[in-house]
Amino acid sequence: MSYRRRASPLHAARAGAGCAYCLALAIAALTLSNPIALGALTLTIAAAGVGAGVGRELRGAAVFAAPLAVMVTLVNALVTRDGLTVIWRFGNLPVLGQTDVTLEATAYGAILGLRAVALILCAALYTAAVDPDQVLRLFRRVSFRSALTASLATRMVPILARDSRRLADAQRCRPGPRPSRAQLLRATTSGVLDRALDVAAALEVRGYGAARRPQRVRRPYSRHDLAFGAAAVAVIAVAIGSRVAGLVPFQAYPSLHAPAGLGTVLVAAALAASALLPFADRRGIER
Amino acid sequence: MSALELERVTYTYPGAGRPALDDVTVTIAPGELVVLAGASGSGKSTLLRAANGLVPHFYGGTFAGRARAAGMDTRDHGPGELAAAVGTLFQDPETQVVMGTARAELAFPLENRGETPAGVARAVEEAALALGIAQLLDRPTAELSGGELQRVALGAALAGRPSLIVLDEPTSQLDPVAGDELIATLRRLNEDSDATVVIAEHRLERCLAAADRVIALIDGRIACDAPPSEFLSWAARSQPALCTPGATLLHRLGLPPVAGVKRARAALRGTLPEVDEMLPAYEAKTHSPQRRGPRALRFDRVWHEIADGPAILRSLSLTIGPGERVALMGRNGAGKSTLLRHAAGLMRPTRGRIEASGRVALLLQNPSDYLVHETVAREASAAALATVGLDDSFAGRHPRDLSGGEKQRLALAIVIDDPAGPGATAVLCLDEPTRGMDRALKDELASLLRSLDAAVIVATHDPEFVAAFADRVVLLAGGAPIADGTAAEVLARGTYFATETARILGGAGGALRPEQGAAVLQRLTRADEVLA
Repeated sequence: MSYRRRASPLHAARAGAGCAYCLALAIAALTLSNPIALGALTLTIAAAGVGAGVGRELRGAAVFAAPLAVMVTLVNALVTRDGLTVIWRFGNLPVLGQTDVTLEATAYGAILGLRAVALILCAALYTAAVDPDQVLRLFRRVSFRSALTASLATRMVPILARDSRRLADAQRCRPGPRPSRAQLLRATTSGVLDRALDVAAALEVRGYGAARRPQRVRRPYSRHDLAFGAAAVAVIAVAIGSRVAGLVPFQAYPSLHAPAGLGTVLVAAALAASALLPFADRRGIER
Repeated sequence: MSALELERVTYTYPGAGRPALDDVTVTIAPGELVVLAGASGSGKSTLLRAANGLVPHFYGGTFAGRARAAGMDTRDHGPGELAAAVGTLFQDPETQVVMGTARAELAFPLENRGETPAGVARAVEEAALALGIAQLLDRPTAELSGGELQRVALGAALAGRPSLIVLDEPTSQLDPVAGDELIATLRRLNEDSDATVVIAEHRLERCLAAADRVIALIDGRIACDAPPSEFLSWAARSQPALCTPGATLLHRLGLPPVAGVKRARAALRGTLPEVDEMLPAYEAKTHSPQRRGPRALRFDRVWHEIADGPAILRSLSLTIGPGERVALMGRNGAGKSTLLRHAAGLMRPTRGRIEASGRVALLLQNPSDYLVHETVAREASAAALATVGLDDSFAGRHPRDLSGGEKQRLALAIVIDDPAGPGATAVLCLDEPTRGMDRALKDELASLLRSLDAAVIVATHDPEFVAAFADRVVLLAGGAPIADGTAAEVLARGTYFATETARILGGAGGALRPEQGAAVLQRLTRADEVLA
């Protein structure tokens, strides 16, 4: 998965606004624990992906995240001793000892899994819809080399994925027994180092070694910059405000308490509306 | 002030036994277009690295003498500072493009210099227009083809208007069309802006006609420094491997060698004024390959269609006989690599059938991908190593310490080393095996492939290699063969997919190599004398 310029309001917004938007959604996912609010937020992120024209990329990320969510749920259910409602008794298991699975631990595990899915979708939305070159420009005034290293690391991921596919193809062409994993790992590492050396040489001859602090670029704020900036502020305000005001109560232990009251529904609706409203304005989205 | 000045430069890479540059003294004047010639390992790349400061600042090692690029001593100025005056383009476009879009890539060196945003925007636009890549500016670099990436990388090297541009085998990864376009672009830039261009290249026939001067290196020393025609005379006498096919042809006819097809034709007219009338009448006597009888490999109406994407192979039918030597040619994206991958079972056709009489071995583009063991002896059996010419002296060496040509041979030994026995491999496929190879290595590879018992299919852009190796050439376009015949039939009348000898002779007699061309012209000359 990598960034590609598309005709969408999120792609049309400056990188700062895009970063703030994705970060706000991630903060909301970390703040909210109520399953209705968190579920609504996860669906909102998915809808934002569709609105940005990167639904396919987010679907790929969800496919990766779903088994992780199941694993988090199972691990929490098996290792957490809290909760009053026992739904399964495994008895005395090796390593784990006396293992009783409770409804509360299972439900809280599912909340943690859902949160992981929401965070992975936020990361996927950022990767697919926020221009990494603009992000580099944004942060290079603060710390140029750190920003470039982070940007390059992001760019190296698809290159190394391609390299590993090539290596796998070459190994399939070898007759006889396949090399061991250790041998393959050594060969891959060696290839990565060669690749890194080439990239480092390219950076040197492009003047990276003598890089100066760049001048500030002043660009007028577009309607999309303002809309996504405002959406980021609104999402954080709704998430933190509702938590502080107790509008989305949730308690996992000792017994499960997650009421689906009017307040929870209103918070879920407010989150969805504030996050998705910027996608309604599709003027000036082509570059 | 000279554009580049090397004064008694001797440089040794860390851990190397001998210097890569040995007492090199050379001065390149502003506005010159200089070609560096030499075999692999002769010091061409090191000389370019000395010009842009990577040697010694990036690679370390021992450096003696003085190098000045655009008036800056490379001992006192590192590659970062020199980047303002020296633009660099490397061989592999993938590893030198570091940003996400072409626009950001072109802007990157200018931003590193602290240029104003307006200055960056203007320089990017101008570089893009000069190179004809304005339409690529907002495309992600990950989606660009090799030729497009190379032009974007050239744009990044030129955006800061350097006075010296150094290029290390910039066309080795490109198809003939993209390679010729790149050389033409460089010549135009050189003429329009007076920028000095220094280009290291193995395919001299591609760039010599555009050059003002050629510097030949042998074992890190300057062996010849002369205008192209004088260089070719020297090469024809002393270093035939560095001579272009056209120059070899003229030398065989006793004519002074010249660079380029146009000048070679003019030289021929000088000796044989009727050559323009006589050559087209000299028809090739060729025989189409026999398609019946036993088969080593057969594609029967094979399609490869990508989900939500194009069809790469379109109802492709092709039969390869046992022991046949076949070259697959075609521009990038024509379907050559996909065809080989289907043959070896790495890909499955979405429609159609593929049948092989035995195992199909495949050597992919990067031989290093096959090397996973600590010693050469553990990579392949002694018999397979002997087949590819790697004797016992290589057995204890680390595979990654081998030269490019040796790695290629080792990877070849690995893929043909079938536990079922030497005869188990019915077909050997090679994907672009000559990238970055000098002519001597290519000739060695051609001889080696011709000595194998299995049928051999090579996907390549290199018509000179095809002429040396192949009996049959299949030209692909849009996933299907558009020409299939003997090498003489397919290559003699082409423009891009033709050898230099064939282009000089206009395809007369189906001559592809200089010795064949010389024979054709000698026959014509004799016939002319008899008629007279």
